[in-house]
Amino acid sequence: MSATTAAPVSARALARRRRREAWRRGWTTFRSHRAGMIGLTVLTVFVLVALLAPLLAPAEGLEVTKATGGVLEKPSGEFWLGTDDKGRSVLTLLIWGSRISLFVGLMATLISMVIGTIIGITSGYFGGWTGAILFRLTEWFLVIPFLPLAIVMATVLGRSLLNIVIVIGVTSWPGTALLIRSQTLTIRERPYLERARVLGAGSTHQIRRHILPNVMPMVFANTTLTVAIAILTETTLSFLGLGDPTRVSWGTMLDQAFGVGAITTGAWWFIVPPGVCVVLVVLCFTLVGQALEEVLNPRLGERR
Amino acid sequence: MSGLLEFEDVSVTYRTSGGDVPAVRGVSLSVAAGEVVGIAGESGCGKSTLAATILRLQPPSAKVTGRVLFEGEDVQTMRWGDLRALRWAGASMVFQGALHSLNPVQRVGAQIAEPIRLHEESLSDSAVARRVGELLEQVGLPAARARAYPHQLSGGQRQRVMIAMALACGPRLIVADEPTTALDVMVQAQVLGVLRDLVREFDVGLVMISHDLSVLADLCDRIAVMYAGRVVEQGPAGKVFTDPLHPYAAALAASFPHIGDMAARYAPSGLPGDPPDPADLPTGCSFHPRCPKRFGACETTDPQLRSDSAGRAAACLLVEGR
Amino acid sequence: MTDTVLEARGLSVTFGSRGGPLARAVDGVDLSVRTGEIVALVGESGSGKTTLARALLGLERPSAGDVLLDGASLDRSARGLRAFRRRVQLVLQDPAGALNPRHTVYESVAEGIRLHRLDSATGRTETDLVAEALSSAGLRPPERLFLRYPHELSGGQRQRVLIAGALAMNPQLLVADEPVSSLDASIRGEILALILHLRDTLGLGVLVVTHDLGLAWNIADRIAVMYLGRVVEAGPTEDVLRDPQHPYTRALLSVVPEIDHMDPVVLTGEVPDPTRIPHGCRFHPRCPALADGSAAAVADACRGTALPILPAGEGHHTACHLVAARQGAAS
Repeated sequence: MSATTAAPVSARALARRRRREAWRRGWTTFRSHRAGMIGLTVLTVFVLVALLAPLLAPAEGLEVTKATGGVLEKPSGEFWLGTDDKGRSVLTLLIWGSRISLFVGLMATLISMVIGTIIGITSGYFGGWTGAILFRLTEWFLVIPFLPLAIVMATVLGRSLLNIVIVIGVTSWPGTALLIRSQTLTIRERPYLERARVLGAGSTHQIRRHILPNVMPMVFANTTLTVAIAILTETTLSFLGLGDPTRVSWGTMLDQAFGVGAITTGAWWFIVPPGVCVVLVVLCFTLVGQALEEVLNPRLGERR
Repeated sequence: MSGLLEFEDVSVTYRTSGGDVPAVRGVSLSVAAGEVVGIAGESGCGKSTLAATILRLQPPSAKVTGRVLFEGEDVQTMRWGDLRALRWAGASMVFQGALHSLNPVQRVGAQIAEPIRLHEESLSDSAVARRVGELLEQVGLPAARARAYPHQLSGGQRQRVMIAMALACGPRLIVADEPTTALDVMVQAQVLGVLRDLVREFDVGLVMISHDLSVLADLCDRIAVMYAGRVVEQGPAGKVFTDPLHPYAAALAASFPHIGDMAARYAPSGLPGDPPDPADLPTGCSFHPRCPKRFGACETTDPQLRSDSAGRAAACLLVEGR
Repeated sequence: MTDTVLEARGLSVTFGSRGGPLARAVDGVDLSVRTGEIVALVGESGSGKTTLARALLGLERPSAGDVLLDGASLDRSARGLRAFRRRVQLVLQDPAGALNPRHTVYESVAEGIRLHRLDSATGRTETDLVAEALSSAGLRPPERLFLRYPHELSGGQRQRVLIAGALAMNPQLLVADEPVSSLDASIRGEILALILHLRDTLGLGVLVVTHDLGLAWNIADRIAVMYLGRVVEAGPTEDVLRDPQHPYTRALLSVVPEIDHMDPVVLTGEVPDPTRIPHGCRFHPRCPALADGSAAAVADACRGTALPILPAGEGHHTACHLVAARQGAAS
């Protein structure tokens, strides 16, 4: 047994090395996925812009009282993307808007994922009435038309950034929950869960050690798709006038542009940039999600 | 002599990103009409790859050299039309896992009828139905079972339906890949009985693939034992099973004991180690790392298959020396 | 060392489909396994052998009868089951599916140790216990396998890892469900030899559930043949397999390939549906002795009189009217 006494240290170190190798392998697969790489690059640019917003465009640019441009000026050397109806630079609005849009998207997704995963696993793992009730609840949320519910909730809760996050998070989890539930149902029947039960494992252990690690890849892949939906929803709600009026997001920009008749007056520079940004970010998250799915889905991986 | 089926020095190599992997390495074997030939070996020994070449069913990444002759014609270079004819009516396959090979939403009668209809378009509906009924009765199922869906049948019954489908167009050769592996002994005996009767009655050739030497010994006339892509022993079934020449064949034969043989009580026999990786075969005799009888020369000399006067052959240095 | 005995007494397990008839998968079975003994539970699929094994492990709740460990009824409380798990362990059939693909060998074997905090209970490190379990299962040197994943192992190695996982709990009894049926012929003997070796060195008792009579001949001390939820013949392996009494056992033995001294008796059909167990002797509709007239004298009993449950203990017992009549006539 003398050989084994040295093992604990090296065993843990080796385990860490293995994990690093797994990450490297995953990264190699991801890199070979061209669309996913493009998506990731574009997203990185957006995130950097959002983080560096105070450096790229001073915050005073957002204040109506300090606006320097004219009303709905065309793009020029001074204002690359023109100005809005209050004389502010559209580029500044766009840069600061990306902060809110991405923040709302990510936070709402986090909420949605946590709810979806918990409900999905619980309703899949526990049969009987617990599972049945949770499943009905999921279905119930799924069949309610999503937008009216979100509008009602936003109206009731009031117009603030946090409320928008909550509204989106609370309305977008059922899809995730269903996905996780079905995955849990198949994993529950695997022989290794039976083995764990015979070893004396309770449900907490079974969920934490066996089910969660096996559904996590699916949760991650699903996250990127949900972010896209959340950003779109934020835009929609803001466009409908239910956003936080004190902050600029791409959605509120579109709402304003529409309100001042940017379409009829031909002020395209007020409408197109936020629109394009929304589409671009949503598209990129979807591309990354697809690439991630390929990296994390072991069955797709085996076929290669 | 021209048999029904003849493998002439057949090799199959899979081309992978990691280099060429030889799955079958120079196999020669023949099957005559009315003869049952067994191919034995562990998973990964190349027996299923070899069987796939009979109908040119090997994956496109596989490169086949040598000749696979069916009634004198090379299957591998055959024109597409001829190959289709061969697949329809010349030779057919029975796979293991009948549940996955049957369409779950179609009655089994319709599935058996499909090749018949395609093969003989002129046949009337009632004639086709009669033919399906006959086929089911040949495999020991009542003709009325044609109306059943696959899930209404048991494992043994589904395997019989698979055999009936294989018989639909009156093939001259049947290739059965582990047809009884998932079945209980009693059902296995039933299915083996069906196959035995078919060979006797219709004079078809049967190639039977299994990892269970005792099943092959029960049914076959001749057995070829494969290891790491090669035939290491070949001969009359009874002889190969009861008095094997090659140590690997001996190990396979001993792994299923004779019940009642006191020597096997509390003494299960097996082989240490695992089959070799085809991409990284041992030097010399590819069996030597697991061989209980290896000696120095085994590590360097690759023995060839040598036949003796009694129609037996083995690829082993010990046998060559005998 | 005192013997530990796992016992089924009049055990029945029924499954009900909603509104449908009850399936009596196990229908009154007495069976016992003690430490240092290998018992083979033999039957075809549908005979109820796997359900019986699961009930003995406390994974199915019996509808009647009881599971006893050392004469005491199985405590089904969470704590009772936990204690039971340390003494009775399971080795599953399909080693590829029974190991979590995302866990390394080390994690899989350590799972039971962590669940029962065996390291502090024994005063040894977890790594030590894992290494010891792997070596007991014949995987040496164990450290080389610690960080492998199941898909990087061969079938035989996976089965050994599963056995190591069970051994890490230091159990007294092992239930092995078809331990070699998914393995290649050459690996089979190695795993069976391991089971024998564990019995000899650790004094383990093993219940092997299988459809393979050759396996029983290879390793089992006693054998129990199951048909449609009941044990129909039980006794020492030599007696049962060399001198089978029940027509069903005889038929099963006769169809094992390459048994030349018996004419194959191929039964028609398959094990009937456990929702409709025939009256009288449950085997009578397929019984070859009844069909060929050799059991004509007891035919009425076969069709109408149910047979008693066979006792679990020593000796060769058969649940058959014909055998009972013959023995009555002989004595």
